[in-house]
Amino acid sequence: MWPHAVAHRGAGSDGAAYFGGGSNYFGAHAGGYQLPGEPYTAAPGSKFRWFRSRITGGRTNHFGRIFFRFSDYDFKPYSSDGLGTDWPITYEDLSPYYDKAEAFIGVAGTREGLRSAPDGIFQVPPPPRAHEALVQGSCRNLGIPCIPARMAVITKPHNGRPPCHYCGQCSRGCVTASNYSSSQVQIFPAMETGRVTLINDAMARELITDDSGAITAVSYIDKVTRSEQQIRCRAVVLAASAAESARLLLNYKSSRHEHGLSNSSGAVGRFLTDSIATSVRTHVPALEGMPIHNSDGTAAYHVYAPWWELSKPNKDFPRGYHIEISGGFNLPRVGAFNAVCRRSQGYGQSLKDAIKKDYGTWVSLNGRGEMIPTDDSFCEIDPDTVDQWGIPTLRFHFTRTEHEFKMVEHMQEHFTAILEGTGGTVEPDTRPTAEKITTGGAVTHETGTVRMGNNPSTSALNKYCQSHEVRNLFVADAGPFVSHPEKNPTLTICALAWRTAEYLAEEMRKGNV
Amino acid sequence: MASLMNRRELLVHIAGIAAVAGSVGRAEAAHVHREVAAAQAVAYTATAFNAREEQTLRALCERIVPGATQGGAFEYIDLLSSNSERLAAIYHGGLAWLDRASVERANALFVDATPAEQTALLDLIAFRENTDSSPDLGPGIRFFDWARRMTVDAYYTSAAGIGDIGFTGNRALAEFEVPQEAMDYALKRSALS
Repeated sequence: MWPHAVAHRGAGSDGAAYFGGGSNYFGAHAGGYQLPGEPYTAAPGSKFRWFRSRITGGRTNHFGRIFFRFSDYDFKPYSSDGLGTDWPITYEDLSPYYDKAEAFIGVAGTREGLRSAPDGIFQVPPPPRAHEALVQGSCRNLGIPCIPARMAVITKPHNGRPPCHYCGQCSRGCVTASNYSSSQVQIFPAMETGRVTLINDAMARELITDDSGAITAVSYIDKVTRSEQQIRCRAVVLAASAAESARLLLNYKSSRHEHGLSNSSGAVGRFLTDSIATSVRTHVPALEGMPIHNSDGTAAYHVYAPWWELSKPNKDFPRGYHIEISGGFNLPRVGAFNAVCRRSQGYGQSLKDAIKKDYGTWVSLNGRGEMIPTDDSFCEIDPDTVDQWGIPTLRFHFTRTEHEFKMVEHMQEHFTAILEGTGGTVEPDTRPTAEKITTGGAVTHETGTVRMGNNPSTSALNKYCQSHEVRNLFVADAGPFVSHPEKNPTLTICALAWRTAEYLAEEMRKGNV
Repeated sequence: MASLMNRRELLVHIAGIAAVAGSVGRAEAAHVHREVAAAQAVAYTATAFNAREEQTLRALCERIVPGATQGGAFEYIDLLSSNSERLAAIYHGGLAWLDRASVERANALFVDATPAEQTALLDLIAFRENTDSSPDLGPGIRFFDWARRMTVDAYYTSAAGIGDIGFTGNRALAEFEVPQEAMDYALKRSALS
C-alpha cells in the first residue's frame, strides 16, 4: 500500500500526526496506545503507555518479528547477582519448546555460539543493508559482536507458507504469511481442524467460579450488541497480554477471593516491567550520494548487537542490553523529512535538493535493556474508572531506578562510539538521563504481572503457568515472566505457551483438569 | 466526492472484467485508465478554504516544493484543516498574514505580486533567524514552518514525490540483495572497508 492510497496519507483526516498521535494508520494491528472508550490511567508521578491490539492474533500482528531465545543465566537472575527472583524453570526445561516453536514458525538467523544469544533452528537470513554493514564494521573495530538478527520471517518455503518477498509492508499484516503472526500461522490453521470456534468482538469481563473454586464460565461483552454473554468451560487459558490478563484476574470479586482470582499471594499486577530503551541517531556522511536502491528487506533490522559485556566485572549497573539498528531508504511517510526541513529551512529547489541529499543517510541505534522487577512498578484496578462496557480499568505505577539510568548512560556512550566509528558525528544530547529513557510501556514489552514460581505465597502460577489456586486456570502471555531479560519476549511467550498446552492436555487426559 | 464515486465504480467495473476474462485486455485497460483520469480531473471543491485562500495556498505550496500541485498538497492541507480546528486556525491566520505582509511590502495580494516580490517575502519568512532582526516576522515564520512541513509531507507521500526521491521498494522481490556498487561506495567512504 502506498501512502497516497488514502487522502490523508496516514496523518489521520484530522491531522492527528501533527499533534502527537495517529502514526499507526497503515498498521494492520487495529491497536494503539489510546483506544476510544478503553481508558487506562497512570498514578501521580508515573508515566506509562499501554499498547493494545483488538484483532485476532493480538499483538503478534504488531510486533517486530524479533525472535530471541533467553539465555541460560536469564532464568537464574537472583542466583547471578542477588537481584529479582529466579524462574521455577531452567533453560534446559524450555529449550525443547524453543526448538518446537522455531521449527513450526520458521526463524531466520545464524548459529554464532554466543552465550548471550543462544542459537536455535534457523533459516538463511537476508544479508546486511549498507548502513548495517557500516555499523557492523564499526562494531568490529570496537570488539562488539554484530550478528544477523533472529527474525520470525521465513526466507524459504515453510509449512505451506511461501518465503518473504521483501516488500517492506510487514506492519500491515503479511499478505503471504511469510512473517509470523499467531492469526495466520497458528489460529487460522487451527480453525481448519474444525475443532476451534473463534468468537470475535468479545471483551472478556469476568471469570465465573463454582463452590469448589474452579472456573466454570467466562463472562464477556459482545461488543456488537453490547450484551453480556457467557461461555462455559472446562479450563481457561488467559493470553490477553500481561496487563490485560492481570486486569481480568483483579476484576474478579468474591468473598472467597477479595484481592482477585488466584491472588492470595498478592502477586497479580505486580512486578510489571518493560524493556529499558534509549536511542542515538546520526547522519552518516558515508551514505550521502550512495546509489539509491531498494533496502526494504524484512522490514526490521537484518543485523544486531547482542550483549557483549557478560563477563565484565565492575559495571555500575546489573544485567545488559542488545542494540537494534534502523536506517535505509524508507518509504516516505508523513513526517519523514521534518528534521531536514527544520535544519535546512528555505524552500523551492534548494529544499528539494537538501531532502534528496539527506534521504537514507540517517542511522539510529536503539537499546533494549533488562529492567529488574521492583515493588514500585505495577498495575492495579483504578477505583474511579470503567471502560465503555463498564469494566473497571487499570492504573499503572511505574518508577525508574538508578540502575536503569546507569544502563541508559552506558547505551548512549556506546551507541555514540559505534555511530562515530562509521564516520558520523553525534550531536551531544544534553537532556537529563531520565528524559532519554523511552516512556515505560512504549516498547510494548510488558511482562511479569501474573508471575510463575514454586512458592504460592510469592507467585500466582506454578512452573507450568497453571494457577496455584485454581486448577483449571492457565496464563499463556508474558504475565508469567519472572524476570525480563533484554531479549524481546515473543519467542519465550510462544515456547512457554507450547509447554503449558502440552501440560494442560496431559492433565485433561489424566482427569486432573 | 463525485470523482471518488466514479473512480470506485470504474474499479468495480475493472474487477468485473477481470473476473470474466481472467485478465484485462490492453485496449480495455487503456480505456479504463482514460476514464479514471477523466473522473479524477473533475474540479476539486475546497472545504476549509475560500476561493482566495485556495488560490494563495496553492501558489504558496508550489513555491515551497515545485511539483506540490501534482502531489496534491493543497487537497491534503484542505482535508486536514477541514477536520481540525487547530490546523484551520493556523492556515486561515497564516494566509491572511501573508496577504497583509504582501500588501505592506508590494502593494499587492500575495498571488498578485510579481515572482520577485513573492520571493522577497518568502525569503524573509523561510528562515527562523530572521526574527532576530525583525520580530514582527514571527507569525509569518511560524506559519511558513507549518506550510513547509505539510507541503513536504504531501509531496513526498505522493506518487510524484516518491518517484522524485527515487524510492524503489514496496514491491515483491525474489531475493533481497544490496547492489555491490552501493555497498562498496558506503564502505569506501566510511574508511571501514
